[in-house]
Amino acid sequence: MHMKLTLKIWRQEDKDSKGKFESYEVKINEHMSFLEMLDVLNQELIELKKDPVAFEHDCREGICGACGLVINGRPHGPLQGTTTCQLHMRHFKDGQTVWIEPYRAKAFPVIKDLVVDRSSFDRIVQAGGFISVGTGQAPDGNTIPIESDVVEKSMDAAACIGCGSCVAACPNGAAMLFTAAKVSHLGLLPQGKIEHHGRVATMVRQMDKEGFGNCSNIYACEAECPKEISVDTIAYLNRSYFGSTFMSDLSP
Amino acid sequence: MYLDANIPEGPLEEKWINYRSKMNLVAPNNKRRINIIVVGSGLAGASAAATLGELGYNVKCFTFHDSARRAHSIAAQGGINAAKNYQNDGDSVYRLFYDTIKGGDYRSREANVYRLAEVSTEIIDQCVAQGVPFAREYGGLLANRSFGGVQVSRTFYARGQTGQQLLLGAYQALARQTSLGTVQMYPRHEMLDLVVIDGKARGIIARNLLTGALERHAAHCVVMATGGYGNVYYLSTNAMGCNVTAAWRAVKRGALMANPCYVQIHPTCIPVSGDYQSKLTLMSESLRNDGRVWVPKKKEDVEAIRNGQLKPTQLSEEDRDYFLERRYPAFGNLVPRDVASRASKAMCDEGHGVNISGLAVYLDFADAIKRYGQSEAGSRGISSPDEDTIMRLGEGVIEKRYGNLFEMYEKITGEDPYKTPMKIYPAIHYTMGGLWVDYNLETNIPGLFALGECNFSDHGANRLGASALMQGLADGYFIIPYTIGQFLSGEIRTPAIDPDLSEFKEAERDTRTRLERLMNVNGSQSVESFHRRLGLTMWDFCGMSRSAEGLTNAKEVVRSLRDEFWNDVYVPGKSDQFNPELEKAARVADFMELGEMMIEDAKHREESCGGHFREEYQTGEGEALRNDDDFAYVAAWQWLDGKDSILHKEALHFDNVELKTRSYK
Ligand SMILES: Cc1cc2nc3c(=O)[nH]c(=O)nc-3n(C[C@H](O)[C@H](O)[C@H](O)COP(=O)(O)OP(=O)(O)OC[C@H]3O[C@@H](n4cnc5c(N)ncnc54)[C@H](O)[C@@H]3O)c2cc1C
Ligand code: FES
Repeated sequence: MHMKLTLKIWRQEDKDSKGKFESYEVKINEHMSFLEMLDVLNQELIELKKDPVAFEHDCREGICGACGLVINGRPHGPLQGTTTCQLHMRHFKDGQTVWIEPYRAKAFPVIKDLVVDRSSFDRIVQAGGFISVGTGQAPDGNTIPIESDVVEKSMDAAACIGCGSCVAACPNGAAMLFTAAKVSHLGLLPQGKIEHHGRVATMVRQMDKEGFGNCSNIYACEAECPKEISVDTIAYLNRSYFGSTFMSDLSP
Repeated sequence: MYLDANIPEGPLEEKWINYRSKMNLVAPNNKRRINIIVVGSGLAGASAAATLGELGYNVKCFTFHDSARRAHSIAAQGGINAAKNYQNDGDSVYRLFYDTIKGGDYRSREANVYRLAEVSTEIIDQCVAQGVPFAREYGGLLANRSFGGVQVSRTFYARGQTGQQLLLGAYQALARQTSLGTVQMYPRHEMLDLVVIDGKARGIIARNLLTGALERHAAHCVVMATGGYGNVYYLSTNAMGCNVTAAWRAVKRGALMANPCYVQIHPTCIPVSGDYQSKLTLMSESLRNDGRVWVPKKKEDVEAIRNGQLKPTQLSEEDRDYFLERRYPAFGNLVPRDVASRASKAMCDEGHGVNISGLAVYLDFADAIKRYGQSEAGSRGISSPDEDTIMRLGEGVIEKRYGNLFEMYEKITGEDPYKTPMKIYPAIHYTMGGLWVDYNLETNIPGLFALGECNFSDHGANRLGASALMQGLADGYFIIPYTIGQFLSGEIRTPAIDPDLSEFKEAERDTRTRLERLMNVNGSQSVESFHRRLGLTMWDFCGMSRSAEGLTNAKEVVRSLRDEFWNDVYVPGKSDQFNPELEKAARVADFMELGEMMIEDAKHREESCGGHFREEYQTGEGEALRNDDDFAYVAAWQWLDGKDSILHKEALHFDNVELKTRSYK
């Protein structure tokens, strides 16, 4: 089915310019993905020798975390558990107006149009989001058996794609879900236990330094996370951060 | 040019061990004074950069992505092989070696492949220690599954996100080195030229993608881990950004490109749905563990299905042709990718394709759901379960194994694969060809190394599933950290290379000129439109099936398309600013040249092997017909601007396996 949409897209020349919404009409087909719709628009703009809309994307299958637009006010759009690149136009209605904006957060400055700088996430990981093991130092992979439930929980948190929608969703612009997911992924595994407390402290410190806001338990992050990472990870981080009373408690 | 693969002497099983213990080393105090550039931060690049940093070298690591974590490796789904033999099912280093050589249709180097199999086991250990949450059995030990082309279960996995988890492991190792100051990251920097001084690779020209500024970076050597070139076909399972530019720039500076025509076409991808399509999505090979591939036997059923009068689930067993099981009883649905792809294409060519375009076959999980449902009911002590219970339990098992893939399928197609079979069709997926390297992973340019998908080294004419992740990490964690010493031990007296040397300035000027030229064409057609046309030509004539006639024609088409591109492309914006269209334009320009070389290679190889299928060379049953007498060599091509490429041959010797016709029957 063919459909016609009105797009209101945030255009901003660079970090320091003031941006504004521009209006575009597109004729598309319901089987297209959201990004393919933007491709179509960009082709038209290029044909008119106009500046195409800059947006970030790569894998287009929901795993690299590069895409991430705020669509009608929601990071990654209306569908639960779905990245922008996996969103298809059959979920929109013919004639609809669609508002498309970049993530807005102090720690994610706009680079151009819909592209933002998320390098602060890398720095949070560099602050301690790893297990200190050099190449070649590892014992046999089966030396430490791990309960499959524990691995599953760790994997639930490890599934984070680092897209930043949690920050965009949060009224405070906090990066708590991102940080907590990494802390949980590693901290739940026996291999990651040893550095767990130090890791929590250094990652949280870096998070604050980057200008992310404070977490006030609003939990919009969980609702908008395309990988459905649970806010239980935040509780786990907090327990680890505020004391060791619950240190032995495995379940996040 | 004589190509010396530098394979160590001695029996196959001892080559690497002996070589490693006799290799030249670089002392710790010298390592600190040696600078290494690593281009790429996928599995191969991140693992290499992290490990070289740990060893004490000064490493600069470049990626065009905004973060190392976004490299295309992140998208790998199914798993990673290792000869652990945890399942006690007869696996061994030799068997993994043998499967890989055979799977590659006897077009890879024995010594490299054996080493790969040997270090595979260490990779799993390393990743577990880094916190990669591989799937576990109930007893807490590592779980395995099977992939195509083998009869053992040696694939380790983390749900359907194995690449993601492995890359995060490597990315975190890299982050640790970054925090320790041994590795300096250059995200959003694209390598646009290689700098060669006195015959040695000494640096790169990189474009800062945020500002458009060109930068000169010097080092004692350069390691490239820049991934594959599947996007020359425009539509592929690769991420949108995958490109050949880094490798191609090296080729333009004299590196050889080996076997460029060996590309892998993956049998299980979601079919093309329209001409706006920007990429194709893979459905992991692991699905063939449980999915059965079929088409309707009767043309009238095909018709009825295409126009929506019949549902696939309504078709009785007798009316279905499980063509892989029929043609290849020994391996069934788990034949290697090239074999499965060709068989699917053949069924569609005969008119059995099940979607409107006629280019799709079914991948059906109904039997598996039933089977698992029954056994799950049994293990839960439910006696005589009803149909619904069985289905529900069976779907649960399938969801646990492949949940994210099923979800992905549903999101894209709007159909529920638990209830109706998936529709799949082959698509370009991986490139076995790549920069020619010797046993040290060094190209013919001294000091230039190539790792991961961007080299040609291990997979011959066809790669087995779950072996690319293995190779990338083997190269990065366990091979380059040793072999790089062979070169660097001769460089300990070389002072830091000066990025103001004339070679750097010239390379920078060349790059600037090239970009300005692209900007100045100011024609009327978009980069994208050229890329699509190139891709279609490559797919039609240098894709799943090739012929001398088609290739001859395609070469002309690609050449004239290239001329048209340089005369009529339109690149908006400016070169000294963030400009994604300019990035694309420079990449497509390089694809246009690579395409010609691929065609040349495919044309010269008058045999069928692995992913390279020449219509003129097939058996009566339509299987690939190899010609070992004339073509058991690596074809390494030298590019010459404006002329035909020159072929250099590296003969392949098989001392440990017997060259046989591959049979999966
Ligand atoms: C959908 C999909 C699923 C797959 N599943 C599996 C699987 O289950 N098992 C398996 O074994 N294999 C799988 N593969 C194959 C495997 O993922 C890849 O072959 C492998 O990850 C390649 O790793 P790499 O490190 O060589 O390259 P990549 O991961 O592609 O990394 C390339 C890096 O180079 C950088 N780069 C490139 N050019 C430049 C430049 N000019 N300047 C600066 N930086 C540059 C990029 O930014 C990136 O960091 C899959 C592939 C696909 C497409
Ligand atoms: S483009 Fe990779 S997650 Fe959307």
